[in-house]
Amino acid sequence: MGTRLKENWIYLIFAIVLLLLPLVLSEFRLNLLGKFLTFAIVAIAIDLIWGYTGILSLGHGVFFSLGAYCMGMYLKLQAESLPDFMMWSGLEEVPWFWKPFQHFWVALPMAVLIPAIFAVIIGIPTFRAGIKGVYFSILTQALALVVSIFFIGQQPYTGGTNGITNFRDIFGFSLAEASTMKVLYLITVLALIVIFVLSKWLVNTKTGRILIAIRDGENRLRFLGYNTSTFKVAIFALSAAIAGLAGALFVPQVGIISPSMMGILPSVEMAIWVAVGGRGTLTGAVIGALVVNSAKSYLSETFPDLWLYFLGALFIGVVLFFPKGIVGAFARLKRQDSSKRYLLTEGREV
Amino acid sequence: MADTIIYMEGVTVTFSGFKALNDVSFYVEKGELRFLIGPNGAGKTTLLDVICGKVRPDKGRVIFKDKVEIPRLGEHKIARAGISRKFQTPSVFSNLTVFENMELALKTNTGVFSSLVHSISKKEREHINSVLQDVGLYEKASEKAGHLSHGEKQWLEIAMTVLQEPELLLVDEPVAGMTAKERIKTGELLLTIASQRSVIVVEHDMDFVQRFSKKVTVLHEGQVICEGSFEYVKNDPVVIDVYLGRGGEVQNNAIN
Repeated sequence: MGTRLKENWIYLIFAIVLLLLPLVLSEFRLNLLGKFLTFAIVAIAIDLIWGYTGILSLGHGVFFSLGAYCMGMYLKLQAESLPDFMMWSGLEEVPWFWKPFQHFWVALPMAVLIPAIFAVIIGIPTFRAGIKGVYFSILTQALALVVSIFFIGQQPYTGGTNGITNFRDIFGFSLAEASTMKVLYLITVLALIVIFVLSKWLVNTKTGRILIAIRDGENRLRFLGYNTSTFKVAIFALSAAIAGLAGALFVPQVGIISPSMMGILPSVEMAIWVAVGGRGTLTGAVIGALVVNSAKSYLSETFPDLWLYFLGALFIGVVLFFPKGIVGAFARLKRQDSSKRYLLTEGREV
Repeated sequence: MADTIIYMEGVTVTFSGFKALNDVSFYVEKGELRFLIGPNGAGKTTLLDVICGKVRPDKGRVIFKDKVEIPRLGEHKIARAGISRKFQTPSVFSNLTVFENMELALKTNTGVFSSLVHSISKKEREHINSVLQDVGLYEKASEKAGHLSHGEKQWLEIAMTVLQEPELLLVDEPVAGMTAKERIKTGELLLTIASQRSVIVVEHDMDFVQRFSKKVTVLHEGQVICEGSFEYVKNDPVVIDVYLGRGGEVQNNAIN
């Protein structure tokens, strides 16, 4: 109970620091951090399905981007009555499926619902058919590829390769204003807190233990009378919904969403954040997303030509030396400190 | 078919051309403790797989309690209908504690939403503790299941299946890899369990079978070749020829 309490204090301090940072950070840095925090939300989503349930999705870029596109459509319609790329493609009117997105209160729920529904549509047949492990990961990769190619191909409706950009304001507030950015940052922090707390709660319910049991022994669980595929569909949908929310928060802060965010590469990168931070802890996911992205932006500023190599080395290093990520490495240090004999829990299967 | 718990008729299972079960008819009465023996590859595990729904037969009928058509049900539904399976290799949830493992074996709140709001009742807690006491794991309730010894994992899994309160329990090689002392404890555990339900046990260890069995079914090459008390099947010339006579295999398994 004592460590639980201490942990909660650390979370509280971390949250307060995040909320106070707008007072000290430059506009540019704050904006960057806001973006990273949306990534941290995606990382939590991936940790729920990968770290806890043992299902590695390499297609979360798709769910993130679907959420982002929903918000992007809203922002675009705020800026122009007929989006520029539609005009270039010869459309004279906004297509019917775009129209509802001119309302913020349609776009926001859609940003969460559409990824979730998409995940259910993908999840039901695959999980029912017992597709798992590497096969599921490959399937989600293919999904990322297919959806991004589809979005590139549908230029008149999606903006093609360029995606959707050139936004002006959100809810009547100009996106060029520093104050709007600060509010968006604070909303992102609050969203991260809510998602984190909800996820912590979830993994501590019986449902959370069922997810871990699916990871450790799905067969055993099924023969105990659980319909494991229903649980897998549900967690996949929840994870997709959270990723969609992150995407919706990403777009107004970054000012663009394009297919480059939904392909295989960004999807794999998202899984890397979680691996680096440490799977199955939620805290690790947040730390991983922040550390990897900070490192990426620092290295790309300092060594523009070499940073990708550093990033690769970081990933290989973590996998080789800290298979349980940053959080796992710290936990091990702490245990050695207190010189307790402690058996590491069994390695988790991917 | 008065009061049968399992009624299996003309069941055939083929794995890419190989007949794991060939036109097998097999009946178990309510409350029976039945042992399945036979050489490796005889189809013992496959028979259990068919009953618990892991394998669907190509042909034949499998009826549970005179009315439930097994091959039509999903695995989790068969479990809910009252058939529980203890797997050959210990399968427990290693990153959960012993108590949490047991909690998952309770039959309440197995749905996505009901398990969100699930909280364990005092009665359920007491039930779990008493079953843990029976298998001697009460002191280890808050330990991670992954840290248990092989024998303890087996008992935990048996305890979990007991908690399911099945009408039929399927047990696959429960004493493989156990010490002599652990074997006796396991055997006595099975006898206690069998006093309240039907149990089918697959076992290679003939000393164990002799000691704890009442009725034995011998499988060979996917077919039932003999059935009766251990004394009876032991002296059957066909059984001696294909199985018991090959002393090596039996003894090896007994030594393990």
